Amino acid sequence: MTTQTAPKTKIKIAYFDFTSCEGCQLNKLNLENHILDLLEHVEIVEFREAMDDKADSYDVAFIEGSISTPTCVERIHDIRRRAKILVALGSCASIGGINAMKNLQPIEDVREIVYGEDKYLFPTLPAMPLSAIVKVDYEIHGCPMSIPEFLQVFKALAMGKAPIKPDSPVCVECKLRENECLFDRGMVCLGPITRSGCDAICPSFGQFCTGCRGLVPNPNKNAMLDILTDHGLSLQEAEKRLLLFNSYQHPDTFK
Amino acid sequence: MSKNLDINVHHLTRVEGHGNIVVNMKEGRLEKAELQIVEAPRYFEAMLKGRSFHDAAIITSRICGICSLGHQMTSLKATEDALGLELSEQTILLRKLLVNGATLQSNVLHVYFLVAPDLLNAPSVFPLIPTHTDVILRALRMKRLANDIGDIVSGRAVHPITPVPGGFTKIPSVGELKEIRRRLVEEGIPDVLETVKTVKALAGGIPNFVRETEYISLKDKNEYALYEGDIYSSDTGITDVHDYRSITNEFVVPHSTSKHAKNARSSYMVGALARWNNNYSQLTDTALKAAEELGLKPDCYNPYMNSVAQVVECAHCAEDSIKIIDQLLEMGLKDEKPNQTPTKYGKGTGSNEVPRGILFHEYEYDRRGNIVAANCIIPTGQNLANIDDDMKKLVPEIIGKSKADITKHLEMLVRAYDPCISCSVHLLNVDFIDDTES
Ligand code: SF4
Ligand code: SF4
Ligand code: SF4
Repeated sequence: MTTQTAPKTKIKIAYFDFTSCEGCQLNKLNLENHILDLLEHVEIVEFREAMDDKADSYDVAFIEGSISTPTCVERIHDIRRRAKILVALGSCASIGGINAMKNLQPIEDVREIVYGEDKYLFPTLPAMPLSAIVKVDYEIHGCPMSIPEFLQVFKALAMGKAPIKPDSPVCVECKLRENECLFDRGMVCLGPITRSGCDAICPSFGQFCTGCRGLVPNPNKNAMLDILTDHGLSLQEAEKRLLLFNSYQHPDTFK
Repeated sequence: MSKNLDINVHHLTRVEGHGNIVVNMKEGRLEKAELQIVEAPRYFEAMLKGRSFHDAAIITSRICGICSLGHQMTSLKATEDALGLELSEQTILLRKLLVNGATLQSNVLHVYFLVAPDLLNAPSVFPLIPTHTDVILRALRMKRLANDIGDIVSGRAVHPITPVPGGFTKIPSVGELKEIRRRLVEEGIPDVLETVKTVKALAGGIPNFVRETEYISLKDKNEYALYEGDIYSSDTGITDVHDYRSITNEFVVPHSTSKHAKNARSSYMVGALARWNNNYSQLTDTALKAAEELGLKPDCYNPYMNSVAQVVECAHCAEDSIKIIDQLLEMGLKDEKPNQTPTKYGKGTGSNEVPRGILFHEYEYDRRGNIVAANCIIPTGQNLANIDDDMKKLVPEIIGKSKADITKHLEMLVRAYDPCISCSVHLLNVDFIDDTES
């Protein structure tokens, strides 16, 4: 029989969701094999999707989703005040992600398309990453957020260390996995300019990279253009694909 | 009786997305009983305009993480219908396997993590970890197995990678499928049977409330309809999927960012209970036995029993997945490439049963394969009017109880529908313009 260990001081964490698909939270719940171990180190004090409790302050707040209404702006300020460390979970929170695609059209048109003459019932703003409104301490990228990266950041924070931030392109990981390059199959892949950290999961399953983790710092636009030209592919297709997740920060990368 | 009651549950917990329950009774007269949907709209239809057919399902899968496979399947079917892309038998079987996996995972998550705490009077699943460790470990094991079906066949259970218009970018190996089959037989089925026992022991806590409504789901002549079939209403019978608008009849209400829907009555219900009522005889034997054990009978009019119908479906999905894998292995897996050569352009409709009910996507493509217009109708949106109607009947029936008790009954009612509020506000319609038919 082991004797009972002295209670550790667990760090208090909270989860919040803004404008999102809740896929990042779900991906976290999909850590079935790790979940009970993780709970040894932390105390979840607020998590609306799974529990009724509410808390006043937190050591780490994990936040999913983009800012897209006036209410979101108020809520994120409130959370920032209560949180020692604020972590953006997934592309919606870190780069605006898929939500920001709506910004490409005039906001009035978007509301009109969806709600017609009832559009004034529901106020909206352009979709923004959290960092457009408050200071964000760490970002976990991906749509959905990458699980290995989440575990890495989570463990680092639980031990009081700074997490590692990947900044090489997806192609590096893809080549390590010895995948056949999808450009050779006539697909437009955003791997050359997209931030790694997902283990090149899409190309490894035969599908092009959509740039969901955001772009590397200083993306090499000319190299991307060369690859496209070499394979007889159009820039326009790459541009359109880039807008899937990168409309907020990089609408003009190829312009 | 002159009774005043004022209930306002702000941002209801343990549901997907943001909703408020508001009930207002003055001197015995019910003035308001509604589920307000306050989730921020995301304007997906507007995003889809101009996008290529390769990217449509990548976008619509992001409507909802928990229903991502369902949205993806429905989206691919709408695109394939519009572009005339034929599918192989192998593609259809692999998709049905994915649908079973996603239904199993979603139903397990809902029943164990979101509904069970109510039945055990706990505020969440976390305090149950030390007291009900075996049950929680079983739930996590079932979820892992269901997610592994998704990870192996589609690359990733949340926002799947390999399913594309016309097929798959990568086919799983024989060994991977055999391993999934082994786990379904050795863990999956036994865990489902244990789940039935656990839920049976808690079933006394399910409120006894009855309100007959119209039940709408897919219906197929050969099997329990999840991936394909026609629309079936318990009031109006069969309707072709292409005529879905004649069933959904959406309208905007001020208290919800999601549109409501109605067909023959003021509201209708979709989801596991509707599927049970419409198609129960096509379930697998294990599922039918589970239903009997749990006291779920055909034509069940108690919406709280939706969670029980979800347990019954877990048995069906596990057993049916074994059959599908056997069929795939018998046919011999072929390394097929997706069929992505359009034979026409124009409008197409797709429909699937996702865990929360029937889902529709409709797209119109121009001759370059880009989207001109899109419309998606989400299960939770279709259930909202029905939830309001349930609350209007329920509140007067339980008005003698304490306010806390009434609130709990209402919260449990909304949770029983397993509402996916994120989904419900994300898509609304764009008008179709008739100019691109070839
Ligand atoms: S980043 Fe992707 S998975 Fe995560 S919430 Fe946003 S849309 Fe969903
Ligand atoms: S498939 Fe994509 S990520 Fe991989 S090497 Fe080619 S361009 Fe880079
Ligand atoms: S390969 Fe590209 S699209 Fe896929 S997860 Fe990685 S960054 Fe995202």
